[in-house]
Amino acid sequence: MKKRLFIWGGAGILLLLLSIIVSLSMGSAHIPIGEVWSIIWRQFSMSITQLWQDIWSFLVQTVTGDPVVREAIMPVPPTPYEQIVMQVRFPRVVLAILVGAALSIAGAGFQGVLRNPLADPYTLGVASGASLGAAFMISSGLQYVLFGNWTVPLAAFVTGLISLVIVIRLASINGKFRTETMILAGVVVQAFFGAIVSLIISLSDTVMNGIIFWTMGSLQLRGWPYILVLAPYLLLGGIVLFSLTRSLNLFALGERQASHLGVHVERTKMIVLVTGTLLSAAAVSVAGTIGFVGLVTPHLMRLLVGSDYRLLLPLSAIYGGIYVLWADTIARTLLSPIELPLGVVTAFIGAPFFAWLLVRHKRKGAAQDG
Amino acid sequence: MDERSRNGLGAKLIREKDASAIGGDTRGADGEGAGGPGARTGANGGGAEAGPGASAGLDEGVGIGGRDTRAGVEPDGDDSSSSHLILEAIGVSKTLGSKQVLKDIHLAIRQGECFGIIGPNGSGKSTLVKLLSGADGSYDGKITYRQQALTIYTRKQLARQIAVLQQEALPPIGFSVQEVVEMGRYPYQNWLGEEKEDSEAIIDGILTELDLKPFAERSIDALSGGERQRVALAKTAAQQPELLMLDEPTTYLDIGYQQQMMDYIRLWQRREGLTVLAVLHDLNLAALYCDRIMVLQDGRVIETGTPEQVIRADLLEHVYGIRPVIVRHPENGVPQILLRGGSIG
Repeated sequence: MKKRLFIWGGAGILLLLLSIIVSLSMGSAHIPIGEVWSIIWRQFSMSITQLWQDIWSFLVQTVTGDPVVREAIMPVPPTPYEQIVMQVRFPRVVLAILVGAALSIAGAGFQGVLRNPLADPYTLGVASGASLGAAFMISSGLQYVLFGNWTVPLAAFVTGLISLVIVIRLASINGKFRTETMILAGVVVQAFFGAIVSLIISLSDTVMNGIIFWTMGSLQLRGWPYILVLAPYLLLGGIVLFSLTRSLNLFALGERQASHLGVHVERTKMIVLVTGTLLSAAAVSVAGTIGFVGLVTPHLMRLLVGSDYRLLLPLSAIYGGIYVLWADTIARTLLSPIELPLGVVTAFIGAPFFAWLLVRHKRKGAAQDG
Repeated sequence: MDERSRNGLGAKLIREKDASAIGGDTRGADGEGAGGPGARTGANGGGAEAGPGASAGLDEGVGIGGRDTRAGVEPDGDDSSSSHLILEAIGVSKTLGSKQVLKDIHLAIRQGECFGIIGPNGSGKSTLVKLLSGADGSYDGKITYRQQALTIYTRKQLARQIAVLQQEALPPIGFSVQEVVEMGRYPYQNWLGEEKEDSEAIIDGILTELDLKPFAERSIDALSGGERQRVALAKTAAQQPELLMLDEPTTYLDIGYQQQMMDYIRLWQRREGLTVLAVLHDLNLAALYCDRIMVLQDGRVIETGTPEQVIRADLLEHVYGIRPVIVRHPENGVPQILLRGGSIG
C-alpha cells in the first residue's frame, strides 16, 4: 500500500507542480514559462534568505544580547510580470488547489461514511445553506457592511453551518441517526434553502447577476487573505479525516460489521459528516458553489487505486486540487477577457466524465450478470 | 445422579443450582426434575444414549462427552461457581415499538461449549444476538461477559473478545481477500495502524488454514457467496476472539460449504477452546454441532438443553407446527429430523 501511495502521490505532486507553473504562465498577459519559473525561484530564494537571516539574527541576539545591525537591503521594485504572477495569479492558483483538495476529501469522507457513491460534500445541504447567506448579503446591499470583503464569505459560512445543524436535528432520534434519514434530511434542507435563494434572486432583479454569479462559483479577485481563511480548515479537516481512514475502510463492510470490529459507528459518522461539511462550507464561502469536484474526484481515484481510504484520501486531495486548478485556468483563459464561472467549467468537465464512468460501470455490471 | 455425572456437560446443567441461568421454563433442568418428566430428559441426556453416541460417531471425538478432553476446560469440579461462564443473560427483555420481542430471556454459556439458538422466524433470535454482541444497547435486564456488564467494555475491548459472523457477512466490495482479513485486526491496532503482535504471521496462518492462500490478492467481489463467507470467517478468526457468535451463517451456502464452515468452526473450538453461540435455522445442523440448544418462540425461551433433550417431536410440533420424524444419526446417535412431506390437512 505504501508503495502505491508513493507512486501515485509522487506522480500527483509532480503533475501539480507542473500545472501550477503552466497555469501561472497562462492568462490575458501571456508570460513565458521560463519567466514564470525564474520569478517563482527568485521569490522562493528571497523568502528563504530572509527567513534564514531572521533566524540567525534572533539566535545571535539571544546569545550575545546585542542587537544585530543588518545593512539595509534596497528593495527591488517588482517587474510587471512579477506583480501579475505573485499578486494576481499565484494566490488564485493556490486557492484553487486548496478548494479542490477540501471539496475532494470532504466528498471522499461522505461517500465512505454514507456508503453511497452519489454522496458529495453538498449532500447535507451545505451548498444551498451557504448560498442563502451570500444571496441575502448581496441582495440586501449589506455585502460590505461590518467586515468589508469578508461579509459575504462569513455569512455564507454561518448559514452553511446552520443548515448542517438543521439536518442533524431533523435526522437524529435519541442521538442515533440512520444514514437514509440523513440523506433525506439533506435533500429537504437543500431544496428549502435553494427555494429561498431563488426567491431572493427573483425579488431583487438589480443584483440578480451578482447573486447568480456568486452561486456559480468564482475565484476572481481572490487574493492571499482568502487562502489564510481556507488553509486552517483544510489543515484541521485533513488531519481529522486522515486519522479516520482505517475506520472508513471498515465502514465498507456495513455499519453493523464495523461496529463488531470495534468502530464507534455513530461517533465516526458524526465526526466525518461535520468535518466534511465544515470543509465544504469554508470552500463554498470563499469560492461559491463548485459542483462535481467532491463527487467525481473520489470516484476517479477509486478507478485508479481501489477503495482503500488510506490511499484514496490523500490522492483525492492532490488530484482534486489539480482538477480545480485546471478548471479555473480554463475559466479565466478560454474566453478571455470574459471569465467563465468556475462551477460551470467543473460541471462541463465533470458531467461527461461521470457519464463515462456510468457507462463503464453499466458494461461491467452487464458482463457480471451475463 | 451417577448416570448423569457420567456425562460431563449434560450433568453439569442439571446439577447447577442457579436453574435460572439455563432458562425459566426448561424442563428437567432444575433440581426438582429428578423424579418427574425431567427424569426422562435428564436421564437420557446424561445416560447411555448420549455417552457412546457423543464419543463414537464424531471423528474428532468432540461432543458432549468429548469436551472433557479439551484443553483449558475442566469437565467437572467446582462448577457451581460461575468462573467458566463466558456470557450470561439474566432477565433480558426488549420492546420494539409496541411489541415485546424478547421476554425474560435467561441464558448462560460456558467456556468452550457450542450453544445453539433455534426457533421459528420472528421468534427474536437475531434481536437476541444483536443484544448479546453489544450492537444494541437498549434492553431491560442484564447481559454480562465474563461476569462484567457488557456496557463496561469499550468497543475495541469487546471486539477483541467477541466476533460476529452474519448471514451475508461481506458485501461485494473492492477489497482483496488479504485486505479484508487484515480488517479483523482493527481491534488490536492503534490509530497509526500498528499493533504489538505479528499480525502478518497470524493472517498468513489463517489464510492457509482456510485454504484462501490462492485467493489472497483477488478482490472479494469476484468470489462466489460461499467463498466470501469463508473470507468472512477468516476475518473473524483474525480477531482472535474468545466467543464467536454466528447469526445464521450458513443460510446462503450449499451443503458442501455448510459442512465445511461448521467443521472448521468445530476444529477451531477444539484447538483453542473457542466458545460458540450459533443461531441456526437448520435443526439438524444444530443437533450435530451444538452441545446445548435453546429454543425460542415469540421472544420466550421454551426450553434449553442438549440436542437429545430438545429435539423432540412434541416440542417441535409445539414450536414449529410440524410433525417430524426423529431418528438417531446412524453414526453418532445425535437426534436428526426427517420431514414427513405430506400434504396439508
